[in-house]
Amino acid sequence: MYNYILKRILLMIPTLFGAAFLVFFLLRLIPGDVCELRLAGTGLYADPAEIELCQEKLGLNQPMIVQFFDFLIGIVTFDLGESMWTGKPIFYEMGLRFELSLQIAIMATITSIFIAIPLGTISAIKQDTWIDYVVRTFSIAGIAIPSFWYGILIVLGILIFTQSWFGEPWMPPLDYVPIWVDPWRNLSQLIWPALATGYRYSAVATRMTRSAMLEVLREDYIRTARAKGLLEKVIINRHALKNSLLPVVTVIGIEFAFLMGGLVVTEQVFNLNGLGKLFVDSVMSSDYAMTQALVMVVVMVFVFTNFLVDIMYAWLDPRIRYA
Amino acid sequence: MAVGLAVSIMFIMVGSLHAGGHIKRGGTLNYIFGSKIPSYDLHRETTFGVIHPFSPYYSLLIRVNPDNPSSPTDFVCDVCEGTVDPAGEDGGKKYTFKIRRGIEFHDGTPLNAHDVVATYNKIIFPPEGVPSSRKAFFKMVESVSAPDDYTVVFKLEYPSGSFIPALATPFNIIYSKKDLDTHGYEWHTKNINGSGPFRFVEHQPGAFVRGVRYEKYHHKGQPYLDGIKGIIAPKLATRVNAIRGDQAAIEFRGFPPKHRDDLKKALGDKITVQESDWNCVLLATFNQQRKPFDDPRVRRALTLGIDRWGGSKYLSKIAIVKTVGGVVFPNHPLAATEDELVKLAGYGKDMAKNRAEAKRLLKEAGHSNLSVELHNRGVDQPYKVLGIWLIDQWKKLGVKVTHRVQASPAFYATLRKKKDFDVSIDFNCQSVINPIADITKFLGSAGNNYGQYNDKVLEDLYDKIARSPSPAEQRSLIRQYEKRALSDMAHIAITLWWYKINPHRSYVKGWKIAPSHYLNQQLDNVWLDK
Repeated sequence: MYNYILKRILLMIPTLFGAAFLVFFLLRLIPGDVCELRLAGTGLYADPAEIELCQEKLGLNQPMIVQFFDFLIGIVTFDLGESMWTGKPIFYEMGLRFELSLQIAIMATITSIFIAIPLGTISAIKQDTWIDYVVRTFSIAGIAIPSFWYGILIVLGILIFTQSWFGEPWMPPLDYVPIWVDPWRNLSQLIWPALATGYRYSAVATRMTRSAMLEVLREDYIRTARAKGLLEKVIINRHALKNSLLPVVTVIGIEFAFLMGGLVVTEQVFNLNGLGKLFVDSVMSSDYAMTQALVMVVVMVFVFTNFLVDIMYAWLDPRIRYA
Repeated sequence: MAVGLAVSIMFIMVGSLHAGGHIKRGGTLNYIFGSKIPSYDLHRETTFGVIHPFSPYYSLLIRVNPDNPSSPTDFVCDVCEGTVDPAGEDGGKKYTFKIRRGIEFHDGTPLNAHDVVATYNKIIFPPEGVPSSRKAFFKMVESVSAPDDYTVVFKLEYPSGSFIPALATPFNIIYSKKDLDTHGYEWHTKNINGSGPFRFVEHQPGAFVRGVRYEKYHHKGQPYLDGIKGIIAPKLATRVNAIRGDQAAIEFRGFPPKHRDDLKKALGDKITVQESDWNCVLLATFNQQRKPFDDPRVRRALTLGIDRWGGSKYLSKIAIVKTVGGVVFPNHPLAATEDELVKLAGYGKDMAKNRAEAKRLLKEAGHSNLSVELHNRGVDQPYKVLGIWLIDQWKKLGVKVTHRVQASPAFYATLRKKKDFDVSIDFNCQSVINPIADITKFLGSAGNNYGQYNDKVLEDLYDKIARSPSPAEQRSLIRQYEKRALSDMAHIAITLWWYKINPHRSYVKGWKIAPSHYLNQQLDNVWLDK
């Protein structure tokens, strides 16, 4: 088991280097830079000398290879530098948003699990009945419609219904308060995006649970369990469910990693100051330093989550670690 | 003592009566804005993303009158006292300002003339390596000095009508000399210590900026609010919903007409709408290093083909553009009247005649089958809306037009570095209406002109305008400049001036719309009728 873990850790290094190389050079293919945008982007008079001064201060006029090695050294030493747009340390900027993104990811994942596993299991057990059809329609709708669309509908729905019920429209708060400071305000802001994204991701997991469960239910050992007279409830809960969860764990794990940095549009819809919104802002501002750092953080989250999923696989199925 | 008491009572009475109503004190104004905040140093930044969140924490030497911000010529003292004399002394070569006594920065340091001098020296004569985005506005200034603790003197090399408006630019906030001397020129990029109506409390990047009332504010009785909170929301739909759902009471930049109508329809009297012409204009810039746009006949044909009066009527229903104007902000005394405008190419109201002339010019230039690529910015309001309208206008001349839309960073790279465009949408958005400075946009030598031309006649005309002490003479020279830039040489085609629409919650009182989203943002006269 230890050798297996060590191998997985060593494999992370080339993955991270490849990601760093790609993000650094791909970003610089996009024309324009942060100084041009910041000083000339308003339409006000922009002094070319001021733009050059800004580029010099940010090191944008240094050779590309020098900038790349600075970036690599920053990653290795965990010093990602400062945002080119705000001048504030990148860790500080990300730290501010991390808490919100983590809470949404957890809430959406919990929502997803609570919907997906029971529905997927019931759908498999009741295969080809009306229950199965309803669950399948529900999950296909979840896959087909993007979560930001649910977000827009939720916001508009809340505005319209609160106005018709209470006479004054209400919308979720726009600024984040940690859950331990004001739980009510925190949940009244985050429950909506968590529901929108949780439903979206539950749809994939529901389909996965259903198909994995159907496969397991056809296995010999399930037939044996039935033949020896075990209760159906025990067969499902103790024998079928655990074995059908392997691919579901993978899907949920990857979704969680994606949720940490990938709620780009949903965060815009609900004006959530999370990592996804920071991503969009930094790309739109040509803030290379911030964009590179965010990509690397997301890559690290993915790599680490995959690592955990692999470990869980090995734990759930001993054949994997001995292979 | 009796006199003092009477003055105090009068003061309280005046302070509590405003526009015929009783001013209510207290409450926190939640306002929303869409721009990202770069550094906190207004002297180096150019975006309203620093004006909206940070103006309330600072004072200016002079400012646009917050009770009459729609006037392009009404300037009043902020940290100075008395009235602002636009003529100055010594034939307009010397301006003296007396500084109010008793003003303190939020850290308790007294504000005096030396702070104003240090601030303007940083803006006008920054040390090498220190950015200052508006030093070019003050080319006429020879020196800034403080003969005593409460007097500031600006000496000019030549009289200039653009000096007073330049002083009132909302970016010219007063820093403490002590801060500059002690902490250096970078300190203000991350720290705030002003003398404005509100004291800075916190900035949560990407989320909000919050401040509270400054009790020692120098305009006695103000501010009326206990606090302010500027919420950051880049998406327009979020900002509109925030006002509808009362998470924010106002957005100071402006909404498109449809959102005004939606809010009014949903909330009725709970929404008040203020509207104004906007000191911002969209232009079509011709790349004169590319054929056939080096030919004035081609450029003139393209400007002749634009139906500005018709566009104003219809586009104003869907976009934030409306007013037909020349090089100067339409409401300014130096702006062209309608009679003067219609004499310029493309401003005549007989479009059949304009288009016939345009086709004739294209034929004469040998470009009857002209193809144009219109370069545009990937922003809906009003860029893409106006771009599509321009394409339609030029197609009526038989011109084939393709639309190349780029995201903002790539858009600026094309304009400023690559220069690989035929015709590009460009814009001229300024803060204080300062025609003599604003019209530099049309000079080929200007840093923000992307047409790549050199017109000596236009440059000479501008020199005369900049140095003319007489408004009447300035006006006459500007008409010649306008005719040269827009009509005879058609270096740039002005499309339509923007139109500012601010729907806000009706309980927000005291704030008056200005012709720029950079102006009237100190919020000292705002109160909540709740």
